[in-house]
Amino acid sequence: MISIFANPHRFMKLSRWLAPACLVAGILLIAWSLWQALWVVPQDDYQGGDIMRAMFIHVPSAWLAMGSYMGLAVASFVWFIWRHELADMAAKSIAPIGAGYTAMCLATGAIWGKPTWGTWWLWDDARMMSVLLMFFLFLGYMALRAAMDTRQKAARAGAILAMVGAVNVPLIKFSVDIWASIHQSASVIRMDGPAMPAIYLTPLLIGALGHLIFFAALTLTLMRAEVWQRRGDVIMARKLAGG
Amino acid sequence: MRSPAPIRAAFGQALAEAWAGGAGALLPIGFFAGAAMLVPFTVGSEANQLAAIGTGVLWVALALASLVSMERLFQADLEDGTLELWAQEACPLFLIATAKIFAHWTVSGLPLVLLTPLIGITLQLPADQLLPAMLAYGLGGLAFFSWGGVAGALAASVPRGGLLIALLALPLFVPTAIFGALAAEPGAVGPNILFLAASTLFALAVAPFAASAALRLAVD
Amino acid sequence: MTGGLLIEADGLGAVRGERILFSGLHLSLRPGEALVLRGPNGSGKSTLLRMLAGLSQPATGEVKSSGAHHWLGHRDGIKPHETPRQHLTHWARVWGSTLSPEGIAKSMGLERPMDVPGRLLSAGQRRRTALGRLLLVERPIWLLDEPFNALDAEGRDLLASLIAAQLELGGGVIAALHGDVPFGASREVVL
Repeated sequence: MISIFANPHRFMKLSRWLAPACLVAGILLIAWSLWQALWVVPQDDYQGGDIMRAMFIHVPSAWLAMGSYMGLAVASFVWFIWRHELADMAAKSIAPIGAGYTAMCLATGAIWGKPTWGTWWLWDDARMMSVLLMFFLFLGYMALRAAMDTRQKAARAGAILAMVGAVNVPLIKFSVDIWASIHQSASVIRMDGPAMPAIYLTPLLIGALGHLIFFAALTLTLMRAEVWQRRGDVIMARKLAGG
Repeated sequence: MRSPAPIRAAFGQALAEAWAGGAGALLPIGFFAGAAMLVPFTVGSEANQLAAIGTGVLWVALALASLVSMERLFQADLEDGTLELWAQEACPLFLIATAKIFAHWTVSGLPLVLLTPLIGITLQLPADQLLPAMLAYGLGGLAFFSWGGVAGALAASVPRGGLLIALLALPLFVPTAIFGALAAEPGAVGPNILFLAASTLFALAVAPFAASAALRLAVD
Repeated sequence: MTGGLLIEADGLGAVRGERILFSGLHLSLRPGEALVLRGPNGSGKSTLLRMLAGLSQPATGEVKSSGAHHWLGHRDGIKPHETPRQHLTHWARVWGSTLSPEGIAKSMGLERPMDVPGRLLSAGQRRRTALGRLLLVERPIWLLDEPFNALDAEGRDLLASLIAAQLELGGGVIAALHGDVPFGASREVVL
């Protein structure tokens, strides 16, 4: 019996309670930060009034969009070198969630942009462009995996693409920054990180932490589903083989 | 690697195949010219307007035209069994992949570059800038074909993978498109042509290895 | 290589999707030996052969081989635009062979279609051209996947004599086969 299917046993034991725990903790933290953002934090006039409250979703989702692509690349690399099945399951699971956060970042950015910039979309904001490209990288990754006929091929093709994408990200970011610096005309909202008053910063950081934990919960849940699916496939294959 | 013969042979075979396909090599040219021709019809024929967007139009057309025949580059080899033979050669597969991508660029990329001054003139671009800009189009085209080759290798086993190839390759085209458009801009000087050259070198350094890993997957 | 084996495979396992095709498979090939792989459709004959050729990665185990091999897969490896002459010349160039394509074509009975492009050749003519590749350079190991497919009676005799000559030279042959074995096989591996 080949042992590659036996690998995820410890993962299943651990994630069985870790996934729901993360889910609860993440939702609580996000809920707290949203409550702060929507009712407690004072209105900020120079950054567009009430609409700046979108920041409390926009900024964490931007961080997670970037982080999730890094996570995808690291998981792919680990799978490519050590062929650890869990790494591939992690990569497969991160992709749709990362794409979701990327889309959320773009959507909240556009909603925030309409009253502040006067337009839904501004091509010369380098960060928006980088996130948009990341969205396409996620889409391509998922489409490629879906196009492969076996799980093993999907894992290999996905890993190659994720690593090619990862080595390209710095170059893409650099080129987009240069391009934005040439074309920039409108004033872009600047986030002066450390100088931000604590009344904004605390809910923002707690919210980001909540989204991170929520992200982990979703990833673990999808990975669990993947393990179950593979177990089901093994049973199906045995039945087909007349076992 | 003992001799360059396999690389030369792979290059020659790819050239012969592209020409033997009849219109195969002409397809990207037709697409390139056709896409550029649509522009005056959609944005209007005003000389100032065309001159302002002409460089960008050429870059977009070049990027898209470089994808037109990418689907068949490795898929044909996979289907007729040639890829299996290459994958068992003592000569590293990334060199074969490079030879094939380069042959493909020679047949269907270089003609596009040679065509840019002609289309540029019709788009009212200043005539004296067109020849220097060809260097930028040539460099950019090489990067497009390299990344397109990676995408083509990844999608080699996918039936009707053309759209998938576009989805995979287009985000990787962005740095080249940005630096290329800046470098080919009439009157533009500065480091952009160097940035373009650097991003093309980066593509030439990374793409062959990624493509060969993808080809090993395709024959598996 | 220990004991002068041409190929030694140890603990090979293959998985397709979630299905285990075979596992813990041992296989060795000695000089002058012809090995026949047998088994029903989908049993993994081709997969095993591809693992021995280095085309597929084994899920478990490893393959050691002590020399270069010739490969003949399901697909003949002939381009639609390539004539048998061009095909043999091409691979002769890649492999640094000094043999003339004409001589090989003659021994393969390909004189007439020598300048007909691949897309117009019959399946048997394409297969003969692919077999001609095996003669371009001497290699100790031949890996053949259903090599008798598409060949007529004369072609089958021709291939059987090529295999016999290869064994006589001290080479080894591993072939996945479906029907009867038209050559002197030393051993069978049933999957």
